[in-house]
Amino acid sequence: MDIWVSILLTIATAATPLLIAAIGELVAERAGVLNLGVEGMMIMGAVGGFGAGYLTGSPWIGVLAAIVIGVLFSLLFAFMTLTLATNQVATGLSLTILGLGLSGMLGTSFVGLPGQRLPNLDIPGLTSLPVVGRLLFGQDPIFYLSIALVIAVTWFLFRSRTGLTMRAIGDSHTSAHALGISVIGYRYLAVMFGGACAGLAGAHLSLVYTPQWVENMSAGRGWIALALVVFASWRPWRVLAGAYIFGAIWIGQLHVQAIDLSSFASSSWFIYQPIALIKSLPSQFLSSLPYLATIVVLVLISRNKRLTMMNTPASLAQPFVPER
Amino acid sequence: MNLHEGAANLLEVRGLTKIFGSLKACDSIDLGIARGEIHALLGENGAGKSTLVKMLFGSLEPHSGEILWNGQPVRITSPGIAKKLGIGMVFQHFSLFEALTAAENIALSLNDGAPISTIAAKARALSYSYGLPLDPDALVGDLSVGERQRIEIIRCLLQTPDLIILDEPTSVLTPQEADKLFETLERLRSEGKSILYISHRLEEVKRMCDRATVLRHGKVVGHCNPREETASSLARMMVGSEVRAVERPPAEGMDKAESLLEIVNLNRKPATPFSIPLRNINLSVRAGEVVGIAGVAGNGQGEFFEAVSGEVLQQDKASVRIRGRQVGGLDITGRRLLGAAFVPEERLGHGAAPRMKLSENLLLSRHATDGKAFVGTAGMIDGKAIYSAAQRIIEVMDVRKSAPDPEAASLSGGNLQKFIVGRELDRKPSVMVVNQPTWGVDAGAAAHIRQALIELARNGSAVLVISQDLDELFEISDSIAVMHNGELSARIPIAEATYEKIGLLMGGAEPGHAATAHDAEPAEVA
Amino acid sequence: MMRIELVKRPQRSALFSMLSPFIAFALTLIAGAIMFAMLGVNPAKALYAYFISPLTEVWQLHELAIKAAPLIMIAVGLSVCFRANIWNIGAEGQFTIGAIAGSLLPVLYPDLQGAYLLPLMLLMGMIGGAAYASVPALLKARFNTNEILTSLMLVYVSQLFLDWVVRGPWRDPMGYNFPQTVQFSSAARLPELLDSGRANLGFIFSIVAAVLVWLMMSRMLKGFEVRVLGSSPRAGRFAGFSIRRMAFFAFMLSGALAGLAGISEVSGAIGRLQPVISPGYGFAAIIVAFLGRLNPLGIIAAGLVLGLTYLGGEAAQSSLGVSDKLARVFQGMLLFFVLGCDTLIHYRIRFVGRKAPAPEMVPAQEGAH
Repeated sequence: MDIWVSILLTIATAATPLLIAAIGELVAERAGVLNLGVEGMMIMGAVGGFGAGYLTGSPWIGVLAAIVIGVLFSLLFAFMTLTLATNQVATGLSLTILGLGLSGMLGTSFVGLPGQRLPNLDIPGLTSLPVVGRLLFGQDPIFYLSIALVIAVTWFLFRSRTGLTMRAIGDSHTSAHALGISVIGYRYLAVMFGGACAGLAGAHLSLVYTPQWVENMSAGRGWIALALVVFASWRPWRVLAGAYIFGAIWIGQLHVQAIDLSSFASSSWFIYQPIALIKSLPSQFLSSLPYLATIVVLVLISRNKRLTMMNTPASLAQPFVPER
Repeated sequence: MNLHEGAANLLEVRGLTKIFGSLKACDSIDLGIARGEIHALLGENGAGKSTLVKMLFGSLEPHSGEILWNGQPVRITSPGIAKKLGIGMVFQHFSLFEALTAAENIALSLNDGAPISTIAAKARALSYSYGLPLDPDALVGDLSVGERQRIEIIRCLLQTPDLIILDEPTSVLTPQEADKLFETLERLRSEGKSILYISHRLEEVKRMCDRATVLRHGKVVGHCNPREETASSLARMMVGSEVRAVERPPAEGMDKAESLLEIVNLNRKPATPFSIPLRNINLSVRAGEVVGIAGVAGNGQGEFFEAVSGEVLQQDKASVRIRGRQVGGLDITGRRLLGAAFVPEERLGHGAAPRMKLSENLLLSRHATDGKAFVGTAGMIDGKAIYSAAQRIIEVMDVRKSAPDPEAASLSGGNLQKFIVGRELDRKPSVMVVNQPTWGVDAGAAAHIRQALIELARNGSAVLVISQDLDELFEISDSIAVMHNGELSARIPIAEATYEKIGLLMGGAEPGHAATAHDAEPAEVA
Repeated sequence: MMRIELVKRPQRSALFSMLSPFIAFALTLIAGAIMFAMLGVNPAKALYAYFISPLTEVWQLHELAIKAAPLIMIAVGLSVCFRANIWNIGAEGQFTIGAIAGSLLPVLYPDLQGAYLLPLMLLMGMIGGAAYASVPALLKARFNTNEILTSLMLVYVSQLFLDWVVRGPWRDPMGYNFPQTVQFSSAARLPELLDSGRANLGFIFSIVAAVLVWLMMSRMLKGFEVRVLGSSPRAGRFAGFSIRRMAFFAFMLSGALAGLAGISEVSGAIGRLQPVISPGYGFAAIIVAFLGRLNPLGIIAAGLVLGLTYLGGEAAQSSLGVSDKLARVFQGMLLFFVLGCDTLIHYRIRFVGRKAPAPEMVPAQEGAH
């Protein structure tokens, strides 16, 4: 039983950064902005979070710093694409390139240093409950925050007036502009929210998941988060489901790589043989599973034309320059 | 209407000017609107009407001039301020959100924070009281153009404005729907509201409006009482000169003429969630005649054009025939090579690539049909040949431009349309299919294009014109069919066609009309 | 409070079309100087180390050609994609697979010596790159799957595949367990151009590719097709061009060029396969493509500039002790500035000061509401 609990816990830990980054990007895309810089904002959050945590000794300050850095980085993107109306795809790419370079440079001196880790929740009496205790009451604070974010964003988008305005801007920025809605202002906010989330997701990587700084430690998670938004057809709860599926794949391949085959020697042929087969595959193949799974999932989703067409924000990635 | 002149005007505009680049879209406009009057703003396409009302609604910033509201000078810097003052607007190109419901659309422009359900109930009540019934929970994307306009009107009325601006409201309505709208407007006037009514349709202006201001090339050329004018005197004011009437010589020997374009039992499933399926469409166009297809926008005309042009292929190869050949499986290039030519509705981005030169846009539709002339060995483009061919078309069609070979986007709508139609006419196609030939085009250019289409037909080609503009269809067609909800009515010879008859068909008054008219045909074809 | 507004130009500005890359480069230098100052390094010295000192000796020019060649080759292919509004950002993966496919012969048959060997390797490299690029093209054409994400995911997959190849089946048995293949035979190496340095035939390939693609894009019907479909897809469909076919064409052309770059790098500068064969050429080439204004001739110049940042990064690390990651930062900034300056081609920028405290009605009217 314990092994399953710890597997579930590691899945949650792997899923959380994906979930947070994707939820932030979902809001930006709902407002019609495609920010391909998630990977860059995330890695900047990771290095900033680690650095601030290390220098101050407080992981909480690390988290705060990561969010601020994520927002600042997203502001760069917002200024370019919204104020200067540059191409969103190219600008997002350059944000990622810049983020990967800058984080590598800033983090040179952090390599190999012991980091701070956010403490897990510990509620006397509850956390020690069998099975559910650690799952429900013993995880890291950002995990709870991620679940709260899903609920809050769902409420915001589908119940609040501001959320309605955001969705309307994503559907048609020309109509919104004609009604006197400040398209660019709302989009700035949406992009900054995306940046804050990506920064927070980065902080989770360097302050919870593996509390240290490793160059390129985001390892494509920002891109997977972007894919998750498509996979979820822009719905928050489906992002949650997708993030956990990907968390499971990510953890699954690591566990398989670490499994000791001999412990299954006494198992039945039907269990032993498949595990042996998977174990015989090169580790590189297992490591590529999350990326291959992303492709498969994207194909499955985009095959359903009606679903994608009905849900894709109609003005996504379209440049908007108000006529004055 | 002396009554109005005594009272202070609700809205007064003095010397309003707007400049885009080197173009004076509005040149010191003066305008006064009294309380409780319907004031017409007349002018051709491109005269500056839309620019003027956008400034009144705060969507555009004037360069100079002043606006007085109730006698007080105001700066209307955003639509929000216009709404606060009491100015409401019904846009020509609706500012609606397709993915949202009608009630959500309305809520977005109210900013009073009331829950959606309250707004929905209010909208429903108001819509019924004005006889414009509306389902607040329907997705806008699923609604017809007429229903969408209702949302715009209801949305505007819920803000209880004192002045309502309507931009070309009847261009998307059937004659009967337009009558309904006029009743609503009369009622609003009787409630003391002022209406600024923008149109280029003179008959309805004469019928409805108390005063008119006429714009030409961005300047006010006159104020008048439209009831005292004739349609042709108003037209003269708008255009500034006599518009040559289109001549349509009778088509002769049509019973022996060959069918060059035949549509047989054409069906098409909707391609996107919001598009219209085509159902069992039958039509044939013979050499020498112009056939018109009337219909309110969004009833399948675009889908029909795509199917006929070959931008979308058909499963049933026999459902489209050009000069006797079954072409359902041929793409647009294959159909062009058989002698067909096509002009789509959208000029920029469909008929022409906006950021490309006219000579390159010539190549757009003719790289295959004129491959020998324009493209040399190894696929090298002959720049000189396309340049001189483009110049030839520019001359024949009288295209006005600022540079020898400008980008398509830099031309005015009318001039670009002349080029796009001329590009096809230059090939002397045996089949010509045109969607909205003069939409948004000034009167002179429109007459030029219409005349050219008639001449093409009389020289032995089959011409099919899809248009929302009934006046245009009555002017050029030898017979008219009506498209409604993806179905096509039987052809009505022009001699038997009346506005009322066509209007009823446009509204779908004869259910299943296409099926009954053509049920017999499939058997004959098979 | 200042506000920035864009005012559309009636025609694109020819002046800024030409100037924008230069302005962007100048801005990058300024930003770089500020960054160096913040790091406590003398900006003049640092910029000299970065952008001048790597050009002072002949052998260094050869190194520049080596760095620029793959960048130009890949960017030329990418420019066709981007012009067609197709977002292939997986060139790094196509580069890798091209390198592996091209290495098949020299690794598995180290004894092959004929003059046919090298052309065959190059051809196989191109086929490998094109085949790998056809995957996102197929998914886009068949299922409408977003090519940005699929092509990028395939980069990670290709790198893991290379890692497996050089640690597993293709590892040099005599190589002391180092993760690398056998050294290519001299017949499998790209010949060097001159005696004065290491620059090889790859640079010539890149120039030839740029000129041919330039010819296609500016003079041929195929290039017209690319430009129409990219700038207005509906007009392209009206012209009878197919977006699906274009997806294959653009992806496979750029994949083939990236593959050629990959095998050229391996058979030229490196001489064997190893776990890392590219310092991010596939991504840097995106910057090169934009810096070159998506014009193949401009890309030649842009490729040399970006190549210089790699050399400068190495030089600055050894002479000033600054991190070689700085090169990536320069590249990222450069792309930012290029994109920003490109706005000037289509728009004039107007700074609007807030005249009134807020956009409101005049006070006289306020009382009424």
